[in-house]
Amino acid sequence: MINTPQQTKKLQSKLGRVRGLGSTREGVHHWWAQRMSAVALLPLSLWFVYSLISLTGTDYDTFIAWASEFGNSVFLVLLVVTMFHHAQLGLQVVIEDYVHSEMWKMGMVLFVKYGAVVFAASAIFAVLKISIAG
Amino acid sequence: MPNDTRPLSPHLQVYRPQITSMLSILHRITGVVLAFVALLLAYWLSAAAYGPEAFGRAQALLESGFGRFVLFGFTFSLFFHLCNGIRHLGWDMLWGFELSQVRFSGILVLIVSSALTVLSWLMAYGHVGKL
Repeated sequence: MINTPQQTKKLQSKLGRVRGLGSTREGVHHWWAQRMSAVALLPLSLWFVYSLISLTGTDYDTFIAWASEFGNSVFLVLLVVTMFHHAQLGLQVVIEDYVHSEMWKMGMVLFVKYGAVVFAASAIFAVLKISIAG
Repeated sequence: MPNDTRPLSPHLQVYRPQITSMLSILHRITGVVLAFVALLLAYWLSAAAYGPEAFGRAQALLESGFGRFVLFGFTFSLFFHLCNGIRHLGWDMLWGFELSQVRFSGILVLIVSSALTVLSWLMAYGHVGKL
């Protein structure tokens, strides 16, 4: 009867419980961000697959015309931001689960997080360039 | 001191494969695959921004036999991760937690994601009007 939820709860400070902080000192933020980005990706990824189907076999000029349409540019930027955010959250969990050396774990998580920002930034800049410069 | 030779839970080597565990690991594998899809998306958009030659090279790569094979796998990964993700969001709201429901939704996810993958490719080929 040592590890019942009631017993565990008593070991938490009142402040810690109020702030919702667990053993990782971050509460449910990571979990919640993963769910929120997942929900946003449902319509975004379906829109993207539908767009790719209608873009199949089109040439450069048609693609540029499509991507520079206002609504398509906005959706592309939203897709890139949400997808890279969701991907780096997920990859972080995979790394934390399977990489047991603390140095490698931290190094790989940082690599993934910086990499996501770099590639998302270049994708967003690409959309802006297509949209504005045509 | 921790003993590095201890077996780690969940003892995969003695577990019989089940629909629950197989779809769980498939969700993770397709998630990692989709991270590469994000990289491909960034490359594709950057190529288009770079100019017609770079975009042409990207398109030629994607339209090749190998490119189509990889894209087909990417399509299934997207639809599986999306459908199984909805299944996960359901569990987060405590829906369908009975073992029979978990097995049923798992099989449903496999059928629906496979069907959506094939349907998307048929629609894409139908749109172009040739193979």
